[in-house]
Amino acid sequence: MSETDPRTRTIQVDYLARVEGEGAMHLRIKDDSVEAIELRIFEPPRYFEALLVGRDFREAPDITARICGICPVAYLMSAVHAMEAACGVTPEPAVHQLRRLLYCGEWIESHGLHIHMLHLPDFLGYHDAIEAAKDHPEVVRRGLRLKQAGNALVELIGGREIHPINVRVGGFYRAPKRDELLVIRPRIEAALQDAIETADFVAQLPFPEFERAYLFVALQHPDHYPMNLGQLAFSDGRTLAVERFEDVLVETHAPYSHALQTRTREGQAVHMGPLARFAMNRDRLSPAAQAAANRAGLTRVCHNPYASIVIRAIEVVHACETALQLIDGYQPPAQPAIDVSPRAGEGCAATEAPRGLLYHHYRIDDAGRIESAQIIPPTAVNQVTIEEDLYQHVAPQVHASDEELRNLCERAIRNYDPCISCATHFLDLRVERA
Amino acid sequence: MPPTGTERPRLAVWKFASCDGCQLTLLDCEDELLALTDRVEIAYFPEASSRMLDGPYDLSLVEGSITTAEEAERIQDVRRQSKQLITIGACASAGGIQALRNFADIESFKRTVYAQPDTIESLATSTPIASQVPVDFELRGCPINKSQLLYVLNQALFGQRPTLPTHSLCGECKRAGVTCVMVAGGTPCLGPVTQAGCGALCPRHNRGCYGCFGPSETANTQALSPHLERLGMDPPALVRIYRTFNAAAPQFQAESQAHERD
Repeated sequence: MSETDPRTRTIQVDYLARVEGEGAMHLRIKDDSVEAIELRIFEPPRYFEALLVGRDFREAPDITARICGICPVAYLMSAVHAMEAACGVTPEPAVHQLRRLLYCGEWIESHGLHIHMLHLPDFLGYHDAIEAAKDHPEVVRRGLRLKQAGNALVELIGGREIHPINVRVGGFYRAPKRDELLVIRPRIEAALQDAIETADFVAQLPFPEFERAYLFVALQHPDHYPMNLGQLAFSDGRTLAVERFEDVLVETHAPYSHALQTRTREGQAVHMGPLARFAMNRDRLSPAAQAAANRAGLTRVCHNPYASIVIRAIEVVHACETALQLIDGYQPPAQPAIDVSPRAGEGCAATEAPRGLLYHHYRIDDAGRIESAQIIPPTAVNQVTIEEDLYQHVAPQVHASDEELRNLCERAIRNYDPCISCATHFLDLRVERA
Repeated sequence: MPPTGTERPRLAVWKFASCDGCQLTLLDCEDELLALTDRVEIAYFPEASSRMLDGPYDLSLVEGSITTAEEAERIQDVRRQSKQLITIGACASAGGIQALRNFADIESFKRTVYAQPDTIESLATSTPIASQVPVDFELRGCPINKSQLLYVLNQALFGQRPTLPTHSLCGECKRAGVTCVMVAGGTPCLGPVTQAGCGALCPRHNRGCYGCFGPSETANTQALSPHLERLGMDPPALVRIYRTFNAAAPQFQAESQAHERD
C-alpha cells in the first residue's frame, strides 16, 4: 500500500467540522505532487428518491423537507413548484408573495447561521462562535439576533422554524391576516440594520487571495433577485428554461462518495450559490443591498470563494429589505390554496436555496402517485468545484505540514456552506502522501 | 466522573442518519445559547465547533437512526463514553423517514438512487437508538420542540429525570382553544393517537396532525382508523398516513401493516 511508501503522504480529515452533515477529505501526495483529492460524503444514504415512489404528490413537500433541517423551506418550495408544474396550475400572486416572504426568512436564518457560527470563526481564528463571543461579544450577539429574526419570520408564516407545516401544493393551509404579519415588522427593521452592520463588518475581513474562472449557474429573473422563479442562467451567457436542466447538467456516481457528482454535459464543473446568484443578478438586489455591495467594493463579478461571506451578508440585507416590502404590500390571498387535481405527467422546478440552486423533477400518474423523483441539491453540484478548488490550494503548497493543509482544505470547503445531508446522495477528507 | 466544583458538565452532540434539524434546534436557542455554555462545556459538537474533545462525556445528545454497520458500532462507543444518553428527534426514537426502507427492498432502493449500488454500504433497516443501546430519555418530534429541549437539558444537568406529557395531541389542542379539524372540518387528523408537544401546530393552521411526535402512550390507532376511512381515506392512504416520520414506532407500524393487508 502507498501508505508505507516513504514518498507518499496521506492527509485525512475524518470529520469536517462546522459543516452541515457528515463529510471527510482525503488528500494523497506523491513525489511532491497532488495525486488525489477527494471530498467524501460518508453521510449514510437515506434513499429519498426511492422512498418517494408510490407516495401521493401532495406528500413530496413535507417528505423532502426532511432531507435538510437547515434549508427545509428550499425543499418545500422546489417541491410545490414542481408538483404545480406537473398538474398545470399556478397559484395567485398573493400566494407567490407569501412564499417569497417565507423564503426571505430562510435566507436570513441560514445565512445568519453560516456567516456567524460556521464561517466567521475561520476568519477570526477561533474553533467556534461561542469561543469568538468572548472577544467579540457584539458581533456574535448581532449574528444570533439576525438568525433569530429569520427564524421568527419562518415560524410566523410556516408554523415552526424547522420543517414548517403550513406549506402545501397549491398554496398554504392558512394564510396569515395582515395585522399578524405587521407584528413582525419592527423586528425585521432591526434585522435590516443588523444585516447592514454585518455586511460592512465582514467586508473588512482579510481574504486569502484566491480566484478561479468559475462557470456560475443560478436562476435569473427579469424583475427579482431570484428565489422561487426564473430561468437557468450560465455565466458563459447561455440561458435556458429550468425544464432543460438535465439536458445540460448530468450526474455521475463516484465510488468514494455517497453524493452523486454533477457536471455539464461537456464535463465542466459548475459553481452554484451566492457568488453565482450575485454574478448574474447583482443589479436586481434591493437598494440597501446594492449600497452594501458598493461599500464592500463588489462592483462586478466576484471570483474569490472566500468573499462569499460578504455576498451572503449582502443577500441578508436584500432578504430583510425585500421582506419589509412584502409585508407592507401584503393582502391575504382570496383562498390560502387553490385546489390541485393530479394529472399524469412530469414537472420540474428549481429554486434558490441559501447555498445554491435546488432542482426537483417528478413524474406522477393520473391518481397523483409519484412514479419517479429526482432531486439535485446544490452541494452535490458544487462538489466537483470544491475538489478543483482544493487542488488549486494544495498543489503550490505540497510541502506544508499536514496540519496546515488540513486547515487550508477545511476552510476552502466551508466557503461553499456545504450541506452534506442534502448532498447524500453527497462528503469524507483524508490526505495520503507518496 | 461526575462534575465537581467549578468544573462544568461536558456535553456531546452526535449525528447518525438524520437531517441535522434536531441538533440545529440547539443552535436555534439564540437567547439561551451563550448562557447555556456558561453552565456546560460543549466538548464535542462538530456541526458547531472544530474543537472536538475526547470523552468521557456527562451528557450525550444523539440525533439520527442506525442505518449502517459503522453506525451500529459507533453508537456502542458513544454509549460507553456517556454518563447520560438522551436521544433527540423522530429518527433516533423511531427510525425517521428513512425507515420506509424497512417496508421495502433495500437493494431496489439502492438501484433507484445510485449508478453503482454495490459501492453503497447500508443496512436493510433504519432502527431507533434504543434498539441498540440503553437510552436514558427519548425526546420526541420531527423536529424536536425547542422549549422541551431546554427543559430536558436543565433536568439532566440537575440529575433529574425529565417528565414530559405522553398524552395525545387532542389535550393540547383543546387547551389551545382550537376547533377540532376532524369533527368540525372533516379533515383526517392523527392528533388522537399522536403525542403532544408541538403546540398543536397543524390544527392551528387548519391542517390535520401528521404525527411528527410519534404515537402517544395509549394510542388507540385501531379506533381512529375507521373514522379516517369515513372521511374518505382508502387503505393505501391509511398505510401512508401512519407511515411517515415515525413509521417504525410499534403502534404506527402495526396499524400501517394492518391496512396493507386490506
